Order: sequence, then structure tokens, then C-alpha cells
Amino acid sequence: MTMIEAPTTAHGRPVDPYRLGRTDLATGHGEAGPASERVIIAFGFWIFLLSDIVMFSAFFAAHAVLQTATDNGPTGRELFDPSRVAIETGCLLASSFTCGLSAVATNARNLFWTQAALLVTGLLGLAFLGLEAHEFSGMIANGVGPDRSAFLSSFFALVGLHGAHVGVGLLWLGTMMAQLFVKGFGSILYRLICFNLFWHVLDIIWVAIFTVVYLIGEGR
Amino acid sequence: MKFLGNLSWDAIPWNSPLPLIAGGGVIAICIAIAAWIVLAGHLPYLWKEWITSVDHKRIGVMYILLGLVMTLRGFADAILMRTHQAYAYRADGYLPPEHFDQIFTSHGTIMIFFGAMPLMIGLMNFVIPLQLGVRDVAFPTWNSTSLWLTAAGALLVNISLVVGVFSRAGWLPYPPLSELEFSPDVGVDYYLWALLISGVGTLVTGINFVTTILKMRAPGMGYLRMSMYCWTALASNLLIVAAFPILTATLVMLTLDRYLGFHFFTAAGGGNMMMFINLIWAWGHPEVYILVLPAFGIFSEIISTFSNKPLFGYRSMVIATLGICIISFLVWLHHFFTMGAGGTVNAAFGIATSVIAVVTGVKVFNWLFTMYGGRIHYKTPMLWALGFLVTFVIGGMTGVLLAVPPADFLLHNSLFLVAHFHNTIIGGVVFGAFAGIAYWFPKAFGFRLHEGWGVAAFWFTIAAFYAVFIPLYMVGLLGMPRRMQHYDMEMWRPFILAAMVGIFLFGVALICQVIQLVVSIRQRERLRDETGDPWSGRSLEWATPSPPPIFNFAVQPTVYGEEPYWELKRRAIASQQNEGRYEAIKLPRNNATGFVTGFFASVIGFAMVWKIWWLAILGLVAAYAVFVWYAWRDIPEEKISAEEVARIDRAHRKSRAEWLARHSEKGNMA
Ligand code: HEM
Ligand SMILES: [Cu+2]
Repeated sequence: MTMIEAPTTAHGRPVDPYRLGRTDLATGHGEAGPASERVIIAFGFWIFLLSDIVMFSAFFAAHAVLQTATDNGPTGRELFDPSRVAIETGCLLASSFTCGLSAVATNARNLFWTQAALLVTGLLGLAFLGLEAHEFSGMIANGVGPDRSAFLSSFFALVGLHGAHVGVGLLWLGTMMAQLFVKGFGSILYRLICFNLFWHVLDIIWVAIFTVVYLIGEGR
Repeated sequence: MKFLGNLSWDAIPWNSPLPLIAGGGVIAICIAIAAWIVLAGHLPYLWKEWITSVDHKRIGVMYILLGLVMTLRGFADAILMRTHQAYAYRADGYLPPEHFDQIFTSHGTIMIFFGAMPLMIGLMNFVIPLQLGVRDVAFPTWNSTSLWLTAAGALLVNISLVVGVFSRAGWLPYPPLSELEFSPDVGVDYYLWALLISGVGTLVTGINFVTTILKMRAPGMGYLRMSMYCWTALASNLLIVAAFPILTATLVMLTLDRYLGFHFFTAAGGGNMMMFINLIWAWGHPEVYILVLPAFGIFSEIISTFSNKPLFGYRSMVIATLGICIISFLVWLHHFFTMGAGGTVNAAFGIATSVIAVVTGVKVFNWLFTMYGGRIHYKTPMLWALGFLVTFVIGGMTGVLLAVPPADFLLHNSLFLVAHFHNTIIGGVVFGAFAGIAYWFPKAFGFRLHEGWGVAAFWFTIAAFYAVFIPLYMVGLLGMPRRMQHYDMEMWRPFILAAMVGIFLFGVALICQVIQLVVSIRQRERLRDETGDPWSGRSLEWATPSPPPIFNFAVQPTVYGEEPYWELKRRAIASQQNEGRYEAIKLPRNNATGFVTGFFASVIGFAMVWKIWWLAILGLVAAYAVFVWYAWRDIPEEKISAEEVARIDRAHRKSRAEWLARHSEKGNMA
């Protein structure tokens, strides 16, 4: 059994047998082999967040199309309460800050301060949700629910979608705090990173909602 | 409030025999299969090794199985439509309108979402990690969840056959027809929940594969050393991540309209129907490339392998793939030139659409030049590739014709359009799936498929395809619209009859495929693939034994060039003699998270369709419980010892060496 040596150049590289101008000099990137688990998880979660942002952008687009379709019903200016929205925004921004603090505490592997920061984050999130629920229920009680006009449909859907994300985030947060309490950092370090990303993205989306829905809506 | 929501005995179509008999038959077959599995004692094996498997290879095989079964179901719809129209000339045919409308809707929905998508995703699942030289995808448990969410969607569509009705609003439910006012029954709701659920599965697949391809490759595999299939899969999954959220958002809006009286797309309340058309096609056009890009990759692999040459113009192929990826988001309006955007806008989108054809043309020429001067082996996969080249070019050209707005005003929603997209989807995606299955079957199961029956299936499929769709092109040019329950134009009749003959040819092709499978299984010893490299392949999947061990690679391969395995073989001494150092391998544990999630998703979907609120809430709570249980696990991995790895790898080396010795002896005698 004989083996045929591959023809090679002086540098020990195979020559270009079909003269296509291709040698194996193309190195590209990513030679180092599979990335670490931490990188893979965080990267995958980022891709998920990007897809989530795409979904939000569809609702933003719908709101942009429908914001004048009030069907002779009330407009944003008549409905929105700027002071409540300001408090909501304050809660959410503060919760993002405390969420960042929890990451600092996690990096220092300080269980107590991690839990404390997460708890404050959760409470601020809860306050935000409460205010939003109050706004929604008040509007629906006054007969200006999502079925009143296309404008209100898009308003309730967009803001509600964000609220639903905050709600799911709170469930996730609660689960993780329970896990931290029972098991310590152990297996959930990466999830804490992902939660941080998630919470900050929700904040960014809220800033967009604040601007597009409330500020611009207020000006109409 | 009623305990079972809107569900009652009237939901079962007692007085229309066709769905009842078909549904009853399917249920009987399912019960028979389930009974056989349980009685023969296969259930534990099935549960442990397949249903709860997180191995990308097994998940891939299950996806393909799902795709094949659902394609069969969609094909049954096609037979009904073609034969019905053959009768429906100046007559009522045999399907009443409300039933005919369900059939064309379920045909399109099933074929795209539960036939073509699972076939393409299944092949990617099986092949991509092997080609990247890694042990699994980035998130194996999520991968299993994707599979079972897709299956849940498919289940809901099939349940609608016997419990209630399916949508009658077409595979893309345009409002206002799909709104509660005009479609008050549960049909559209089945459609919505099936697609919302399976859409989440597809999105997760996209995230999983983008992460896998970008972050997990064998050492040395730079971007420009990935196989073409990895590139097209990357592009396709990027499109999934960018486009499927739009579909989900659009369907959520329609769901809100139907369930809570929102006014996104309604005629009243200031809703905007054109917004639905825009949103759905902002997903819809990328979707056709999500389907066809992986097929392009499959053909690239096959044409290069069976021409015994590297792919011509690899870099231009990469650029073309990414070009398509981007441009596919800029052409959606060509699906509704006729809906009043105006001349200037139409012209812009018409030109953008034609540009896609140019980029696709680059690929066609690359394939041709790959074959040019090569030593071509006309094996079944290569035949599919050649059939694809000819057929797809025709589909692309009719597409360019449709991209000219004035022509489209005549041809829009005619059978010409129907022929166009079947031309691209059958000629591209379905041929690609069949080619890929024939090509990678030996890798998956350790033996090749029977050549003769494969060739027969190929020729019958080609004949059937042209017999059905050339007449449809012509009758479309004669002005026949799509989706007609009956008609009375005499000049259309012959074409419709010809298309019916074609659909029977498809049936023959299908029988050939089934026979091929049976014959291959019976002759598996003769068709056995001992080397793991039956086609003289060029990429890394062929470096593993067939079927590959659960960990894929005993030793992580290192990549030195664009065609990793070809390179390895040229340095054959290394691959034959040096074993490398075996180490213990950690793999994720099989677990039922995916299956249980799929189960609860089906329950929630069904409950929402029939408005059984308590059941939906129960399903949600249960789903949350599964999430907590999954998050709480401690040991998500299991270990395979270095000795076990060595044993498996040595067996493979031995079998390959024996094969080589046998064949070089033969060579010496000649
Ligand atoms: C080569 C480039 C292509 C061009 C220029 C093109 C062009 C077009 C145009 C202009 C339409 C709209 C016609 C109308 O509604 O009146 C259309 C429809 C369609 N095309 Fe293509 N196409 C191309 C490739 C493909 C591919 C590769 C696929 C699928 C794999 C595909 C699938 C479809 C589908 C599914 C529809 C319409 C479905 C419906 O209305 O229900 N096309 N195409
Ligand atoms: Cu299109």
C-alpha cells in the first residue's frame, strides 16, 4: 500500500491544482477552535435580544402607521399623564442601575449584595409594572381600551408587550434569587449575565417607547 | 362560562365524510404504530434515545422524518386540488367551496412551514456540526425544544382536520378576510396558534445555528475555510433571526384583533389592512431565501464532490450568499405591485428584485464552472443537482418576468405565479432536500441508498414536475386565476387535465422513493459504507465513521485549508497512522425539556383555539414549572471515558484500513 504525497510548494503548502488562484493562505478568523462556554452563552443570548428588538420594531412600525388613526377618539395628548410616565421611567432606569450593581457584586462573589441589588431591581420593576397596570386599567375603565381605535390598539400592544417582558423578567429574577438562596452562585453565573443584558435592553426599549409613544404622542 | 370553551360535539365534522375518513384513518394508523411500539417494548428505547435526545444528529433525523410525513400530507391536498379542478369545469367538482378553500390553505401552510422548513432545518442539524468539526450545536437542549415546538405546530394543524375546521384564508391570511367578522370559525385560530408556536421553535433554531457557526468551529477553521453549506446555513439562519420575529409580531397583531377586539387590520376603527400585507411580506420574501439558501449550499457540496473538483469561485459564492441575504429584505413589495404603491415605488422594487436574480446567476455560473473540466459521477445526488440547475433557472427567469410591474399586473395571482413559486420551491428546496438526503443518508445510517430506484425516482419527479407546472404556466398566461373552485372557460380545461396527469406521475415518483428505502434497508449489507467516506468527500463530516459516534470526533480535528477532509486525505499518512491523544469527552445529558415544552405548547395552543381559558392558564403554569425544573438541574453533562472513545475510533480506523487494503489489492491485480 503506497501513499501518494500531496504536491506541495517550497513552503510545504499544497499547490493550486486547478489554477483557481486559491491556496490555503486564506486564514480568516476564528482559528482558535470553539469559544468558551461563557462566550457562547452570552453571544447566543445577544442574538436572541437582537431578534427581540426586531419584534419590537414591528410593533413600533405599527404604532408609527396607526398613531393618527384615532377614529375620532381621544389622542395621546388627551390620554397620557406625563408625571406618571416620568415616575415609571425613573423606576426602570434606577432598576437598571441596581441591576448593574448586582453584576458588580457578582463579580466580587458577594452573595449578600448580589441578592440585595437583585431584590431592589425586582421591587423597582414591580413598581413600574404596577404603575403601568394602573394606567391601563384606568384607560379601559374610561372606555378608551384597545378596541376604541387603531391608535389605541397599537399603543396597548406596544407598551403592553414591553410590560409583558418586564413581567417575564421578574419571574426569571425571582427564580434566580431562589436558586442563589439555595445553591449559591454555582451553576447560574452565566444566567446572571444574561439577565443583566435582558434588563438593560428592556430599558433601552423603554427609552424608545418613552420618546416615540409618549413624548411625540404628547406633542400631537 | 362553558367548561370546554367553544368546544362541543358539533366541532367534529360528522356530516362531511372526507375529512372524517381521512382523519379516522390517520388516527387509526397512529394508534396502531403507538400500540406496536409499546407492545414490542420499544418505548423505553424510543424515549431515551430519540424523544429526549439532545444529539444534533438524531434531532436532524427526526426533523427530516417530520418534514417527510408532512410533505406527504400536503401532497394529499395537492392530489385533491388537481383532481377536483379537473372535474370542476362547468360543474361543482367534488369539494364544496368551504372545503376546497381549507385544502389550498392547509396545502400551502403545511408545505412551507411543516414540510420544507423541517427538511432544511433537519439537514442543517445533521450536517453543520459535523462540517464544522465540533461535537454538537451551541445549545443542544434548546435544539430539542425547537424540534418539539415545530412538531406541536404540525400537530395543531392536523388536529384541525377532525376537530373543527382549518383556515380558509390562504397560506398568508390576508385581512379583512381573516378577521373575526369574515372568518368567525376556529380555522384562522388554528393557523395562528400553529404558526406562533412553531415560529418560536424556528427562531430558536436560528439563534442556535448562528451562534454555533460563528462561535464553534474546529481549530484552524477561519471563516473562509468553512464549507459552502456552512456559509449558506449561516445566511439562512441570520435571515431567520431577522425575519421570524416580524412574522410572530404580525400574527400576534392579528390574534389580538381576533381575540380582544383590537383594530390593527380591521376595516373599522381606523385599522390598516395594507400594513398586514407589508409586514407579512417583510417576513415572507426573506422566508423564501431561508428555504432556498441551504439548498444552494447542499448543491454546492454535491456538485463539487461529484465533479471531483473544489468549488469554483468560492469567494464569489460567499459574497453572493451574503448579497442575497441582504437584498432579500429589500424586495418585499414585488408581492403586491397591484395594490396601489404607484409607478415609482413599483419600479424601484422591480429593479431590486431583478438584482437578486443577478446575484443568483453568479451562483449558477459557479456551479457550471465547477463541473467544467471535472470528472463527473452521475450518482443520484448529482442527478438531483443537475435537475435543479435546469429547473431552477427556469423558475428564476419567470420570477424576473414577474418582477416587471406591467407584466405582473397581468400575471399576479394567476396560475403563472403559482407555477413560478412551485418551480423555485420544488426545483430548489425539494430537490435540494432529496439530494441532501441521498448524499448524507450513508453518513446517518451507515449504508447507501439503492442507486437504481433513486435514479427512477429522480426521472419520475422531473417528468412529473414539468407535466404539472408547464401546463400551469400556460393556463396562467391564458388568464386563469389561482384558487378557483370551479370555472367555465373551455380553453383552460386541457391544461388542467394535463396537470392532473402530472400529479399522478408525482405519485409514481413517490412510490419509487418508498421502494428505494425498503430495498436499501433489505440490502443494507451490500450497500454498507465501511470507510465513512462513500463519495470521496471533501469536508469534515466524511472523516467520521458512518454513522458517527455520539461525540462525532474522537479527537478534535485541526483544519489547514478550505477543504479540510480533502486536505487530511492528501496528508493521508497522518490520518491513517497517527491516532492522536484520546481524552474523555463531556456531552450534554439527554433530557425531556424539549418534549415536555412541546407538549404544553400543544395544550396551550389547543386551549386558546377553543377558548378554554383554564386549560391555557394551566398549560402556562406547567410550562413555567418545567422551566424552573430545568433551571434547577445540577449535572447537565455526562462523561464518555477516554478508553471508550479510543475503542470506537480504533474500530473505525481498522474498518477503513481493511477496506483500503482490499481495494488496493484489487487495483494491483488489474
Ligand atoms: C430568482 C429570483 C426570483 C425572482 C426575481 C422572483 C420574483 C417573484 C415575484 C415578482 C413574485 C410576485 C408575483 C406576484 O405575486 O404577482 C414572486 C412570488 C413568489 N416567489 Fe419568487 N422570485 C424569485 C425567486 C424565488 C425563490 C427562490 C423562491 C422560493 C424558494 C420564490 C418563491 C416565491 C413565492 C412563494 C411567491 C409568492 C407566493 C404567493 O403569492 O402566495 N421565488 N416571486
Ligand atoms: Cu418575493
